[in-house]
Amino acid sequence: MFDNLDFDVIRRSLPYLFLDGMSFTLMLTGLSALGGLVFGTLIALMRLSGYKLLGRVAGLYVDFMRSLPLVLVIFWFYFLVPYIGQWLTGAARPIRVGAFTSSLVTFIMFEAAYFSEIMRAGIQSISKGQPAAASALGLTYSQSMRYIVLPQAFRNMLPVLLTQTIVLFQDTSLVYVLSIPDFLGAASKVAQRDGRLVEMYLFAAAVYFVISCVASYGVRRLQARIAIVR
Amino acid sequence: MNYNWNWHIFFEPNPTGAGTYLDMLVAGLLLTIKTALLAWVIALIFGTIIGILRSLPSRTASWIGFGYVEFFRNMPLLVQLFLWFFVLPELLPRGAGLWLKQIPNAPFWTAAIGVGLFMSARVAVQLAAGIASLPRGQKNAATALGLTTAQGYRYVLLPIAFRIILPPLTSEFLNTIKNTSVAITIGLIELTGQARAMQEFSFQVFEAFTAATVMYLAINIVVVTGMRFLERSLAIPGYITGK
Repeated sequence: MFDNLDFDVIRRSLPYLFLDGMSFTLMLTGLSALGGLVFGTLIALMRLSGYKLLGRVAGLYVDFMRSLPLVLVIFWFYFLVPYIGQWLTGAARPIRVGAFTSSLVTFIMFEAAYFSEIMRAGIQSISKGQPAAASALGLTYSQSMRYIVLPQAFRNMLPVLLTQTIVLFQDTSLVYVLSIPDFLGAASKVAQRDGRLVEMYLFAAAVYFVISCVASYGVRRLQARIAIVR
Repeated sequence: MNYNWNWHIFFEPNPTGAGTYLDMLVAGLLLTIKTALLAWVIALIFGTIIGILRSLPSRTASWIGFGYVEFFRNMPLLVQLFLWFFVLPELLPRGAGLWLKQIPNAPFWTAAIGVGLFMSARVAVQLAAGIASLPRGQKNAATALGLTTAQGYRYVLLPIAFRIILPPLTSEFLNTIKNTSVAITIGLIELTGQARAMQEFSFQVFEAFTAATVMYLAINIVVVTGMRFLERSLAIPGYITGK
């Protein structure tokens, strides 16, 4: 069953797969996780702010994003971002947006909803005494968040945030629907060019599997190390 | 925004010659529901078996459960669908491979089974956690009553564990519905696929995607409402779910 397979095609395409494909995937994953964390924290703060309207808006955003499939959201932003760009820059017609920018905006907006739920749980896990002590010391709301609550919330939620980032790493493969050459897209391009679907898809699966396995093993180690602090 | 809105587009005939654009989207919606339901049945069956394996004291059983979950959790769903759809028929003996390639509706079956197995790993993790959360006395009492291990699971542990994990199962079911849209890549024209087709035929991008979005939201509301009702009617007094 393996007789007419040619695994040499993998070796020949390695530079393209990793230098172009995987670097796109990792860059997209890293920047989306950072952006998602920043916006997610802001959304979580809005939900917990005590201002009814602000909380309602943030909650609606999160529920809305979480009830849509990522593929649909990718299509939405792919067509929407040029118009948003036009609106922001005041240009006469929809601006041209590159594949990377478009998918980065998509993943930041989408992941912000998921990261915000994690950060909200993290902030709520901090005992009431902490912000109370902060305000007794004369810290303002933003100082208390900045120096007391958020660092602890972030630390407590670090394993969950990293696990979500592994999910994000796998989800970036969905930019395939826009024919963008991320790692899977690159593998698929070579596969179709050389008629080597079996070899390339098996290899792509193995690469995703190894990276995710190693990363989640790392997260478990980290969790064991930071779990006993209290 | 210089975009030509045309909300009447839904009632105009679509280029396939069968009905309007709205009919196209509704057909997609039905296919999404059909695929998701079949995938969910598969996820529940395999998830239950693996979840039980993970909770057994036997070391072999929990290793099998661990391996299964890691296998399905550490590859993107899209890659898994490609493996089932493009790779599996080539690796099977010639006859079986040919038979697989000639199955009518192959994208539908691949999507249902692929998404189902992908989700079964998540169901297994939830179920194992649910069983682990039961007080040890439950299992001991079952043994003391003379139930075998299988009977203990069947009559004591599983009925309680499933009720405890009903809320996370709801969100896994919603994930199953959302994940069927990934099958657009193997040619399943479900709701997202139909919205995309409508956009390509009519150039009314935002109307098409708005309609698909509204339909997904509607599915969500129906499922969440239904499950809340189910949770209330299945709640065990004195347990977490039975507030």
